[in-house]
Amino acid sequence: MEYGYYPGCTLKNHAQNFEDAALLAMEKLGHPLTEMKDWVCCGTVFSQTTDDLMLQLAAIRNLLRAEHQGYGKLITLCSMCYNTLQRARDFIKDDPENLDKVNQFMYKEPISYTGNVEVIHLLSLLQNEITWESIAKQVVKPLKNLKIGGYYGCMLLRPKEYAIDDFEDPVILENFIEATGAESVVFPYRLECCGAYQTVTNKDITVKRTFELIESARDAGCEAIITSCPLCAFNMDQRQKETAEEFSQFVEMPVFYFTELLALALGVEWNSNWSKLHYVNPEPYLKAKGLI
Amino acid sequence: MRYVISHAKIHTDLLQKIQELSGQNVFDCYQCGNCSSGCPLVEYMDYAPNQVIRLAQLGALDELLESETIWICATCLQCSSRCPKGVDVSKVMEALRVINLRNREGRISPDDIEKMTDEEVKELPPIVLVSAFRKLSG
Repeated sequence: MEYGYYPGCTLKNHAQNFEDAALLAMEKLGHPLTEMKDWVCCGTVFSQTTDDLMLQLAAIRNLLRAEHQGYGKLITLCSMCYNTLQRARDFIKDDPENLDKVNQFMYKEPISYTGNVEVIHLLSLLQNEITWESIAKQVVKPLKNLKIGGYYGCMLLRPKEYAIDDFEDPVILENFIEATGAESVVFPYRLECCGAYQTVTNKDITVKRTFELIESARDAGCEAIITSCPLCAFNMDQRQKETAEEFSQFVEMPVFYFTELLALALGVEWNSNWSKLHYVNPEPYLKAKGLI
Repeated sequence: MRYVISHAKIHTDLLQKIQELSGQNVFDCYQCGNCSSGCPLVEYMDYAPNQVIRLAQLGALDELLESETIWICATCLQCSSRCPKGVDVSKVMEALRVINLRNREGRISPDDIEKMTDEEVKELPPIVLVSAFRKLSG
């Protein structure tokens, strides 16, 4: 089997809805995802210093295990996993000395890593292997009248060498939205950072970011936004609680994982457990649109 | 602020180390300011990203190592992707953070988590905690 699915740390708990919806949707598309065994957290953020191999190990260990299990390609749903695995892969790919050092450190693993596992984000798989045309044909419940903003955030597009689309003017999320039958709305802050891990040490900064980003989406005409990053989702959705407390004029907006909308459009029953993982319950919105 | 530029200040081991850790030549920068104009968190910084590079060029490294900027940077890579000279500003920020972190000077520690209520900790997904500790703790 060529494709392995790598979930990452947050898709088994706070973002279980992201994973559930993806697995059900991919089954509907006739391209079921098989989870690789014995994966570990990728480290979530790529270490950008030139000298620290230790911080690359978690990501590379996953690539090694994928290779051992016979997967030439790893599919990720999370933007941060995609970025970290991809960059760690290239950090040692053309560097025999560091590749050797890494392998020596992981001597208890059953094989030595060769550096040949590809990392692919699910959106790229949908675009390149399944195609938007084919997805649009398989939609049984078109998401008519939904005005959705595609929020890219950082890690799908930067560094630009790893962008899954044009890093300044991407269309992959917009094409995805249109394939589900919804209307895609481009909003100015769709490529901007949500504040990321500052949400722990400088919560007030991320709360203001959430306000600015959601307002930017609303001004452009979005009724809801989609993301592929559980960290973005935390800041853009869960932090709406603090945002509403801080800014009295703020009105909540549902934030979906893109796979939730894909599953819905392909005829998967909406799961009320997914709603519980959202801060802004999306059910009233979906009900108002006649989708659930 | 009066600041004397000298050969000795610019040619230091520490600047060499920053350039090695980041893999960047800070003297490539010609101060166009593109990095700062795209930075989403610049309003919270004491030095804008282009100023960080300028101070590094002038050898004002203590100012940089003690700055708030390096801890506010969320590594969104906007600056790096827009630099017309190919200077990866976020890698310079990371090098400055890492020099602090390797001296055990960070912005988050397990003690901070101890001080939070169980509810507050449970609210934070693994991706949030792991990324914060990876970037901000030694």
